[in-house]
Amino acid sequence: MNVVIMGCGRVGAQLAALLEEAGHKVAVLDTEPYSFRRLPAAFKGTPLVGDGTDEEYLKKAGIEEADAFVAVTQGDNRNVMAAQIAKHVYNVPKVVCRIYDPIREELYHTLGLETISPTMVGAQLLRDKVVG
Amino acid sequence: MYIIVVGGGKVGYYLSQALLSEGHEVLILEKDAAKCDAICEQLGSVVVRGDGCEARTLAEVGTERADMFIAVTNEDEDNLVACQVAKHKFKVPRTIARINNPKNEALFKKLGIDVTVSSTNLILEHIQEEVPTHPLVHLLTLKGGDLEIVEVKIPPDSSVVGKRMRQIVFPPDSVICLMIGKWGPKVPTGDTILEADAQVVAVTRPEAEGALRAALTE
Repeated sequence: MNVVIMGCGRVGAQLAALLEEAGHKVAVLDTEPYSFRRLPAAFKGTPLVGDGTDEEYLKKAGIEEADAFVAVTQGDNRNVMAAQIAKHVYNVPKVVCRIYDPIREELYHTLGLETISPTMVGAQLLRDKVVG
Repeated sequence: MYIIVVGGGKVGYYLSQALLSEGHEVLILEKDAAKCDAICEQLGSVVVRGDGCEARTLAEVGTERADMFIAVTNEDEDNLVACQVAKHKFKVPRTIARINNPKNEALFKKLGIDVTVSSTNLILEHIQEEVPTHPLVHLLTLKGGDLEIVEVKIPPDSSVVGKRMRQIVFPPDSVICLMIGKWGPKVPTGDTILEADAQVVAVTRPEAEGALRAALTE
């Protein structure tokens, strides 16, 4: 699969490494080149400096041939906007978007985006540890 | 009308001031405490500190009874999300988003924002109008965005000076609506003669703009 990841934080970099290990072709976008230090030393994919809400950089990252797009920057709104561009403009078959705010997550989920709220997932896991 | 304005910067402030003076009920949402205090001092208690993209904040300020929702922050993604939450979660009938990056205009339309205002484009157009050497100026983009009204000034050395309108080959879908020459404005016919330094107002498609300019100025 061709995968474009927006945001090279801990999660983005780790995901890139996992996907590459599994044999997928990965491009990672981040506005801050220093973030790419988190990628494994042997990373063969494409690190690309640029804003994933800008179609120019999405195209450079190969969005037109992508099978999947993942938005994991720190900004919920940036993730939401980039995910909608990938889904509605470039018709990427699989689009996943991280949204910290659980209420916004629920809304965009009902609007048809595939979303994950780490706030919700994290709190539930911790609760299970505490009371389980 | 009850109007919610997201973003208490310069645009949000002056917009709210104008809406208040027209007698509307206005509420400004602003994240920054210092800006909130300044607005409160100038306009009264019409501001709530909070994130205009957060559904909980929007519920607290009664967004479900808002007639209009206007997002004018400096961040396009924030304006987009605020308007989408207002529209889809609170069913606000009319959402307006400010766009800073002109590239986002088509996208916002596609994603269901009712009205977009591109501040960068507006400023550019106004500056272009003031640059005397600029041969083609955008006056207005017509609804839907695939037609626009432009103004072209005929340079004295243009090959069309002294020719009749019908002798000139214009690009398809370009219509000359008005010519303002030294005798004042007139609606041109095929017999109208093009004068040097006349201003021509035309409807055209954005992609034909270059050809129209070339037809009148070269």
